[in-house]
Amino acid sequence: MAIGKLLVANRGEIAVRIIRAAKALGIRTVQVHSEADADMLAVKQADEAVCIGPASAAQSYLSIPAILKAAQETGADAVHPGYGFLSENAEFARAVADAGLIFVGPEAATIERMGDKVAARVAAKAAGVPVVPGSEGRVEGEAAVMEAARAVGFPVMIKAAAGGGGRGIRIAQYEAELARLAPQARAEAQAAFGDGGLYIEKVIVNPRHIEVQVLGDGTNAVHCYERECSLQRRRQKVWEEAGAFGLSDETRAALCDSAVALAEAVGYRGAGTVEYLYDDASGAFYFIEMNTRIQVEHPVTEMVTGVDLVAEMIKVAGGAPLSLSQDQIAVNGHAIEVRINAEDPLRQFMPFPGKLTSLAIPEGEGIRFDHFLFEGYQIPPFYDSLLGKLIVHAPTRAAAIDKMAEALGALDLGGLKTTIPLHKALAASDDLREGRVHTQWLEPWLAAGNLTASA
Amino acid sequence: MPDIQSPLPGTFYHAPDPNSAPFKKPGDAVAADDTIGLVEVMKTFIEVKAEVEGTFDGFVAPNAEPVQAGDVLAKVR
Repeated sequence: MAIGKLLVANRGEIAVRIIRAAKALGIRTVQVHSEADADMLAVKQADEAVCIGPASAAQSYLSIPAILKAAQETGADAVHPGYGFLSENAEFARAVADAGLIFVGPEAATIERMGDKVAARVAAKAAGVPVVPGSEGRVEGEAAVMEAARAVGFPVMIKAAAGGGGRGIRIAQYEAELARLAPQARAEAQAAFGDGGLYIEKVIVNPRHIEVQVLGDGTNAVHCYERECSLQRRRQKVWEEAGAFGLSDETRAALCDSAVALAEAVGYRGAGTVEYLYDDASGAFYFIEMNTRIQVEHPVTEMVTGVDLVAEMIKVAGGAPLSLSQDQIAVNGHAIEVRINAEDPLRQFMPFPGKLTSLAIPEGEGIRFDHFLFEGYQIPPFYDSLLGKLIVHAPTRAAAIDKMAEALGALDLGGLKTTIPLHKALAASDDLREGRVHTQWLEPWLAAGNLTASA
Repeated sequence: MPDIQSPLPGTFYHAPDPNSAPFKKPGDAVAADDTIGLVEVMKTFIEVKAEVEGTFDGFVAPNAEPVQAGDVLAKVR
């Protein structure tokens, strides 16, 4: 059943992006919003808008009953969850389906399976996707710990098998250190959890973050190549590229094929992303997790492949088979996206929910700005700080960095403090230009004072 | 009677998390750098400091509700 009327269960720039895709497909749109978002751009652009609750996300964008009620009252036949909020909530996907509506995304069971770290790792291994080497389950006794560590290779991480989060994690660089640390770890695990069992995992030193965009229709899957998202602050991506620099053709093919294998193995429907750690030293890649939704950084993939990912996920949700086969998807040039956040990078990224007094957007071939801004808009303080994403496309990576620097110079968000100065400094960084970056690069670079008021 | 104002717009909280007691209750002693509440702005929690010494005289802004920059959050006497 093709979708006739789509409810957008999100806000901000992604709501604008979804409405644009729906309109291009001739689909009517319903935008839900909180009381604090009555004047947001997507509300103005949608065919209909429904207020679903107070400013607090828990009572609006995270309220399953309020969203379903809005869908029923407006006669929407499908729900697009965007990213964040309820996009990876299996209970929501199930509730939408139970209400007789289409959830634009995978089956609830797929969301559940990929959202469970252990189940996702099992699914990845079964599909032949490399995972970070570790002991198969718990190990007990000095000899078994040493044997497991030798098998995965040093350095290794020692964790309590019964523990969660980062508690009690120790890193051993070599065997003598492991021999010293393992008894401490066991004693601590015994004291904390009443269980001295340990788990050993290989440490990937200064890994890069590389991810593969996949599209599936529930039966077949294709990939739209990879993205490089190694520039992160507090685990939040800051600057993203398509593709990843310096990969050999063989590595790129193996990486992308493994993502398709996993997507097909789980009967994936919609747009998804398989995330990996990439070890520059060895050229090896390891599965981290699969995100079962559209991602913030999807535009860089759209720029280099020409595929409209949001339109494609809406079409397959409506029951259509994938409109593209793998041989129809090719990469042309290089794209970069930067996240423009309402934060002051010179004051520890303090949020800045101000009023936009003027707006100048760079224009030209290969420049795109996905946003939800207009002059006079008061940025609400209740949600995340993402204002928009500046995306550039050029024949080569070096040309794309130059183009980004130029486009940033022409982007002006009057009245607000934003992350534009950070991106200007990054665009001028030799480390970034030469590809000497990884997931542990940005925070020390900031701490070393590379970003100053004069930058 | 000094008013403690919100430094930013956001959502004001009386306690460090929903399962904890409020930072202050009426009659509590207040030092200048004591935290009296949190304002959540764009998913970041900013501590609100008393900035004056005295005795806590109660919250003015309700818990977990939106506030504007400059709104009176609590009073110290």
